Amino acid sequence: MQSWIVKSQSWGAKNMSEQISTRAAYGRALEKFGEDNNIYVFDADLKSCTMTCYFAEKYPERFFNIGIAEANMVDIAAGFATCGATALVHTFAMFAAGRVYDQIRNNVAYPGLNVKVIGSHGGLTVGEDGATHQCIEDISLMRTIPGMTVIVPCDAHETHLATQAILQAKGPCYLRTGRGPVETVTDGFSDYSFTIGKGITLTDGMDVTIIACGLMVQEALKAQKLLEAEGIQARVIDMHTIKPIDKDLILKAAKETKAIVTAEEHNVIGGLGSAVAEVLAASEPVPVEFVGVKDVFGHSGSPKELLERYELTPKQIAACAKKAIGRKK
Amino acid sequence: MTKRELQLRAYEIRKTALETIQAAGSGHIGGSFSIAEILSVLYFDKMNVNPEDPDMACRDRLVLSKGHCSPALYAALAWKEFFPKEHLSTFRKIDSDLSGHVEIHVPGVDMSAGSLGQGLSTALGMAMYGKNKGLDYRVFCILGDGEIQEGQIWEAAMAAGHYQADQLIAFVDNNELQLDGPLEEVMSPYPIGEKFRAFGWNVIEVDGHDIEQLIRAIDLASVTKNRPTAIVAETVKGKGVSVFEHQVRFHGGKPSEEEWKIAYAELDRKIAELGGQKHE
Repeated sequence: MQSWIVKSQSWGAKNMSEQISTRAAYGRALEKFGEDNNIYVFDADLKSCTMTCYFAEKYPERFFNIGIAEANMVDIAAGFATCGATALVHTFAMFAAGRVYDQIRNNVAYPGLNVKVIGSHGGLTVGEDGATHQCIEDISLMRTIPGMTVIVPCDAHETHLATQAILQAKGPCYLRTGRGPVETVTDGFSDYSFTIGKGITLTDGMDVTIIACGLMVQEALKAQKLLEAEGIQARVIDMHTIKPIDKDLILKAAKETKAIVTAEEHNVIGGLGSAVAEVLAASEPVPVEFVGVKDVFGHSGSPKELLERYELTPKQIAACAKKAIGRKK
Repeated sequence: MTKRELQLRAYEIRKTALETIQAAGSGHIGGSFSIAEILSVLYFDKMNVNPEDPDMACRDRLVLSKGHCSPALYAALAWKEFFPKEHLSTFRKIDSDLSGHVEIHVPGVDMSAGSLGQGLSTALGMAMYGKNKGLDYRVFCILGDGEIQEGQIWEAAMAAGHYQADQLIAFVDNNELQLDGPLEEVMSPYPIGEKFRAFGWNVIEVDGHDIEQLIRAIDLASVTKNRPTAIVAETVKGKGVSVFEHQVRFHGGKPSEEEWKIAYAELDRKIAELGGQKHE
């Protein structure tokens, strides 16, 4: 077992040992890469959920629990960053992107401080806790802030590498992790390497391109198989960095496959789909279909039920791929 | 500097701030004038800062949480020679780094501010960092009295008490007026001192225009261990110019032609009395 593999105890992982949540992978990566004594970690009473508990245990002198006061946490971290620290703040995506938008916008991004905002429990698959905790707007909100880097890793392996990368990069960054365990897919690709701002072509294909982030990468790979069975060759791009978006890779895919599908566990407004469409509209307009939450709030339910209900499935991606292909000029 | 010189510097800061606002065509006079003595004592007596090395790690820091009072802070920094006074004429102009609210990129400014209620948390972060690293610098923060209506101030107050942030010294500029009127009418934050005390702070109440009281309060705060200090400063909005004092409209409003004249005449008189240079 590789060092980044952690069974998620809080998600009944004992029967699904190959599935690991990105938040658990993040927690272990932070523990592993947190030795630099200028790294400071802040949490708002969620350390066993955001998984900063591992870092807190290993480096208690550089961990601060701020209590249930997210605004205060972000600005305390900003204060640390003005002194030269790498400051990481942690809470649920809902509170990170929504509740403290102003603090992140005005006191982190505007002064250009080295604060990393980690929003865990992003998207619908928070599950039973329901709509108040299912953030489907965070990518959009964070992406619109000038100078902000936005990363949504898809699995444990990618999260591990993304964590290492954001600790090395300077400046403000938003990283979304998820609650539930997900299949690890990216370690199976021999030429996989993680660079902020560089998407990864997981499968090649010339008929249509599926651009996905987060757990929709796994769903996109399943859709690719469904399409393959029908004789359609789909290219799958893992677009872990939503900002800065990999324009070259998008344009190359548009030129070569002439039809695009985006897939994200996020509102179809403002997220990955919008970022891709912005690139295409400016220089390579091709048909685009958007798989995502269709501008409605979530609901309580199991992650699987929610993905079905809101049509975030391989079947839906495959259907959209065919629709996009049908719209080719 | 002697106390007279510090009082003089406070009036020079007022006059420079007023010239800055006049050149810009807008800016916040009332709250800039109420903190002039605080800034004078901080930058010209108490704070360990070096204009030759504005980013030195061991420096004392100031977060002007009421960031709209940038004219006063920029004036103080110019008098301290962080940048030339002539630069102030670019305030609020398109190609200037001197924006309407304070900016971290300006030499001598330790943190941007503008969205109220955030500076105490940021100052606390700086103080916690110092404590964690064994650096014994102090972090000053200037809060507006209206600003403490923001809930985040009390999150920071709670955390500063909890983390025994004794390097943190916060002023509350209690000039009793906010944009929409008297605090008592809009939303009373009183009693201020008792609220900070309840969160474990050392609280000192002073006349915010009395140089000696300010010096004593900062000295006392600096030797207080395991508790942050709140210096609740009774001040007058628009202090130092008869037509500005206690006037809500000078929160952000513009003086008339007559009022400009009165203001400069009164400030020049005061500056001359204190032994300074006359307005040209």
